[in-house]
Amino acid sequence: MIAATALADLPPASVPPADEASALVSLRGVSKRYGDLLANDSIDLTLAPGEIHALLGENGAGKSTLVKILYGVIEPTAGEILWEGRPVTIASPVAARALGIGMVFQHFSLFEEMTVAENVAVALPERSFETVREELAEVSRGYGLALEPDRSVWTLSAGERQRIEIVRCLLQKPRLIVLDEPTSVLTPQESERLFETLTRLSAEGTAILYISHKLEEVRRLCRSATILRGGKVVATLDPRAKSAREIAAMMVGSEVGAVRAHLSKGLSDEVLRVESLSLPPEALHGKHLRDVALSVRAGEVVGIAGVAGNGQSELFAALSGERLSPNAGDVVIAGTGAGRLGIDARRRIGAAFVPEERLGHAAAPGHGLSDNTVLSHHATSGLVRAGFVAFSEAAKIARSVVGHFDVRTPSDDPAARKLSGGNLQKFVVGREILRGPKLLVVDQPTWGVDAGAARLIRQALVDLAAKGAAVLVISQDLDELFEIADRMAVISEGALSPLRPAAEWTREAIGLEMIGAHAEADAVLAREPA
Amino acid sequence: MRLELLPRPDPSPVARALAPLAALVVAFLVAGLVVALMGRSPVSAFEVYVLQPLTDPWSLRAMLVKATPLILIAIGLSYCFRAGLWNIGAEGQFIMGGVAGAALALATHGSDPGPWLLPAMMIAGILGGAAWGAIPAFLKVRFGVSEILTSLFLVYIAELFLDWLARGPWRDPAGFNFPQSVVFESAARLPEIPGLDRVHVGVILAVIAVLVTAIVLGRTLFGYRLKLTGDAPRAARFAGFDAKRTTFIVFLISGGLAGLAGIAEVSGQIGRVIPDISPGYGFTAITVAFLGRLNPFGILAAGLVLALTFIGGENAQILLRLPFDLTVAFQGLVLLFVLGADALVSYRVRLVRRVGAKA
Repeated sequence: MIAATALADLPPASVPPADEASALVSLRGVSKRYGDLLANDSIDLTLAPGEIHALLGENGAGKSTLVKILYGVIEPTAGEILWEGRPVTIASPVAARALGIGMVFQHFSLFEEMTVAENVAVALPERSFETVREELAEVSRGYGLALEPDRSVWTLSAGERQRIEIVRCLLQKPRLIVLDEPTSVLTPQESERLFETLTRLSAEGTAILYISHKLEEVRRLCRSATILRGGKVVATLDPRAKSAREIAAMMVGSEVGAVRAHLSKGLSDEVLRVESLSLPPEALHGKHLRDVALSVRAGEVVGIAGVAGNGQSELFAALSGERLSPNAGDVVIAGTGAGRLGIDARRRIGAAFVPEERLGHAAAPGHGLSDNTVLSHHATSGLVRAGFVAFSEAAKIARSVVGHFDVRTPSDDPAARKLSGGNLQKFVVGREILRGPKLLVVDQPTWGVDAGAARLIRQALVDLAAKGAAVLVISQDLDELFEIADRMAVISEGALSPLRPAAEWTREAIGLEMIGAHAEADAVLAREPA
Repeated sequence: MRLELLPRPDPSPVARALAPLAALVVAFLVAGLVVALMGRSPVSAFEVYVLQPLTDPWSLRAMLVKATPLILIAIGLSYCFRAGLWNIGAEGQFIMGGVAGAALALATHGSDPGPWLLPAMMIAGILGGAAWGAIPAFLKVRFGVSEILTSLFLVYIAELFLDWLARGPWRDPAGFNFPQSVVFESAARLPEIPGLDRVHVGVILAVIAVLVTAIVLGRTLFGYRLKLTGDAPRAARFAGFDAKRTTFIVFLISGGLAGLAGIAEVSGQIGRVIPDISPGYGFTAITVAFLGRLNPFGILAAGLVLALTFIGGENAQILLRLPFDLTVAFQGLVLLFVLGADALVSYRVRLVRRVGAKA
């Protein structure tokens, strides 16, 4: 674990939670109502200069709403915001930036075809391009945010792109920086460098509001945390004083258990076999799959780790049949050469798929859950007779998924977009598991999902393998893979590392594989046998 | 200062249902204003445009005849529009359907071909329209060309082709050089519905198209496929529905129904080939499809409403000396306001002032 030691060397920069007088910003009784839904219910939150404050909560707890209020994107229904003790109205992001609030969003807003410096300069129209370029170099040196100003953005990794966003934010000399799930796209090593930067900023007096669901990193980085649940503050505490389990329980409102490991019943046949699969990219900046080989046997969970954008979507498309391979033998499912088969034909031979995007890919946002059941069941579940869809039977299956997988719905058969992220994810995973597949391929099963739903989904995947199915999980969440995978590989730039038993991997070796340093990874593994 | 459209989290179903009516009302008010600016009384214009046709049996029957092509075409368009494909060229597909069917009528002219002729003409009409519709589908699937442009361009090609036929090879030698063909023999004319003077059986075809489409869109996997393709294209691919095939199928259906409307108009209403077989039915049908919310029964009602504007427009030309362009403008206003009303149902307009933080 490279991570923990590096941080310990840094000076303790954070100051204790602020009182009202010395506060940089305080929110008092801030509420936001959408129709019947109270997204924020009189929230109090105070940050002192230099404080790194975590904002924790499940999806739908109101974190995004609160941050958007702070950044002037939405207007609060009630309550007031004090900036250095003075009440302020933050009417727009422009106003927020003028006050000294900077924001680094989870999803980057960068122009792929433009250079780093150009991307920064467009956000600062009042300064000349040359000034921006110089300041950019200065700031990136000063904070250890290595960036080449003249590189095109599309050539950069997610970590480098995030650095652009951070630098862009820093050039505006913010007094408060809000970061939304910043490490979700980073390798462990990249996360570590981000923490160093944040610690340095904090030491200089910049307050940081850090939104995350990764409790371990919050416990390392932050001295204070506010936990939201159902739009309300349930606790303000020092995250180091509580265990991750206790904090998770506060976020969910009940105890979150660990996933029960399945007892491996001796592995049997290979259900998925991929051999020397190469596919050129379909999209302009897509990844080229290079000579991918992997196998998943009945009864095991195989995990594929990797930083976002390294060929995961391309691999998923090739496995699911959304994209066909050149040869039938490139993808073998349950003994059938399926490389030339479309997704429905692959479903008919026992495969099931859950893509990364819940809304728009796994489910049609405006369609009800029963219609969304037809989506992946029409080829296999006898729902269609002579071209006619038995919608009442689809509704029955949907209700059964809702019941078995604890999907909380606001009404009977709601539109998919009415469900929270976690509940919709439970639905789309459950929809496939209920078909009783021999092979399940899941891309990012718990991405942006609350802790309770994530646990339920992981348990369901492990249980499915225990019943004899082969499960392939593509995930950016290393903790998740270590929790449920029997064997793991790392994808980097469209190439896959060898599959090894999960117990043989170390985080350091995975981090090295993530940046394509195979020889170094092998060396690390040879040095420290698990 | 700028306007922002913010999506409403829960668009009201009542507002959504009332939007087409509101759009019609606003269109009437604006048209009334235009009439007033032209120095005529909006009240008497309303009477001539709307009330008189609705109270006169002859006008009511004429309305059915005008509504037939509008409904047939709009029903076809609803397949395309549901799947998110913008077929703007129904006018061309209508013309090519008419041409294909008329070719059969003229080829057999004077040879007493028997009862198969009419059905064969209808099928030829469908094939002609479908073939014309297949061109933009092919260009989109093969080369990624926008179907909006190609389908529209093909309208002009079809119009000029028909014009050439009517003035050239198909001109009636005994027709005093008028640009028109011989009058079809009765075996090539769609018969009138018994008891409905001047109303041809094309009306029945339109009603059948409405009913079949209601079943196809509401109950079948194909209907589900179109809705999914239009609403969430990536999810449709995940469901195993090939987008290219969908594109071809809806353009064939849409073109086929427009072609059927074309030959029904030529055979049932006009009875010969002339350069202008359509007063813009193919374009007005776009308004019909949206005014009817892409719902088959909505399209039936909307087809009647727009047909009324054609009848009223003819009346107004005669009685008030108002130009036919006013009718076309009114139809455009209806489409504009229907789309506008839909936008207002789904989005809230916010006026944003550019200000800094107010301390």
